[in-house]
Amino acid sequence: MEDVISFVISKYNYWCYIVLLMIGLYAMIVKNNLVKKIIGMNIFQTAIILFYVSISVKKEGTLPTIIIDPVTGTHTARAADYINPLPHVLMLTAIVVSVATLGIALALAIKIYKEYDTLEEDEIFAQIRKK
Amino acid sequence: MKIIGLIAVFLCGCLLVYGASDFPGWGDPSSPASTHVSPYYIETTMEFTHVPNIVTSVLADYRGYDTMYETTVIFGAGIACFLLLRVVKKKDPVSRLYRHKATGITLRIKKGGKIPDKSNAFERIDSEWVPYDLIIQISCRLLVPLIQIFALYVIAHGHYSPGGGFQGGVILAASIILIAISYDLRSALKIMSERASAFLSAIGVFIYAGTGALCLLLGANFLDYAALDSLLGSGMVMARSHGILIVEIGVGIAVMAVMICLYYNLSSEGKQDEGL
Repeated sequence: MEDVISFVISKYNYWCYIVLLMIGLYAMIVKNNLVKKIIGMNIFQTAIILFYVSISVKKEGTLPTIIIDPVTGTHTARAADYINPLPHVLMLTAIVVSVATLGIALALAIKIYKEYDTLEEDEIFAQIRKK
Repeated sequence: MKIIGLIAVFLCGCLLVYGASDFPGWGDPSSPASTHVSPYYIETTMEFTHVPNIVTSVLADYRGYDTMYETTVIFGAGIACFLLLRVVKKKDPVSRLYRHKATGITLRIKKGGKIPDKSNAFERIDSEWVPYDLIIQISCRLLVPLIQIFALYVIAHGHYSPGGGFQGGVILAASIILIAISYDLRSALKIMSERASAFLSAIGVFIYAGTGALCLLLGANFLDYAALDSLLGSGMVMARSHGILIVEIGVGIAVMAVMICLYYNLSSEGKQDEGL
């Protein structure tokens, strides 16, 4: 029993990201409204960002900015002292991509609304079939 | 559909939980992600680039190609949004509202009617107009310069503290969007026209790619900022540091312009006339 509890606690970051990812995926698959789908996509992307940032953490590591001694002006760059900068860099760019996809998705949603006067998927399909 | 979706999501979640059992624990310093390439970045960033903020040095120097194409992606998103939404042909609106400033009387001018001259007596207002709130307008106008100074600080200080072009550019864009929200879209367009935003987004990408090409012309590899030493004369290591700053400024300009362009087009459905 204690093994299970320590297993759950030692990996709680993964449970958070899995829950967020499932919420986003559910919204993308099931929801009928296109804006809700877009929100689901954003939650999905946030889950991935959370996953990447959480694996960069090192115990007893600090921010990835080299600390320079104010008196002597020297520094010691030991890898164990600083958290892993690489996931932060990757996610910085992923946030940017998520903004770009959000902008395009909203633009497409506006276009669809102008064309069909609705954002509900089933109504759009019904109108397409009628044509 | 709901049931199928729920089952699919649940199966996916089970798969991820099963996969997570093999992942390293929270904060494990010897996890595979932190043992291969990242120690190299941490240990050599001061020696090679003289940039204490490792995220900045990795973003703009070690992984410069990645960030360059990232900026291009942003630029592409702005262009795509413009091409999807922008209504080029000017269609006359059904009616326009003008408000007489002194008396507060609003005129509704129907299609084909005579529009008042561009005098100070009348001001154009949105058709879904809510009365201006003086407190909100004045406080937003006071906030804007502070936001912009902070944005410039975030861009310029990206070498030494969390920050950089992407973050600073978004904050700069937020100051213009604040004007557009607290006044109206046309006041924001007066400060930064659509032409300027399109031009600046191209300029930002050009600064980034141009810096890389300049390094190529100076006889080094593409985006190898050490070659800028012969122009700046500050040593190879400091040349990399300055090269990163130039590139970050380019990224900041591009991000700011594209964010504003996206807002203009999304909020007014591409008409850029009346909006939020």
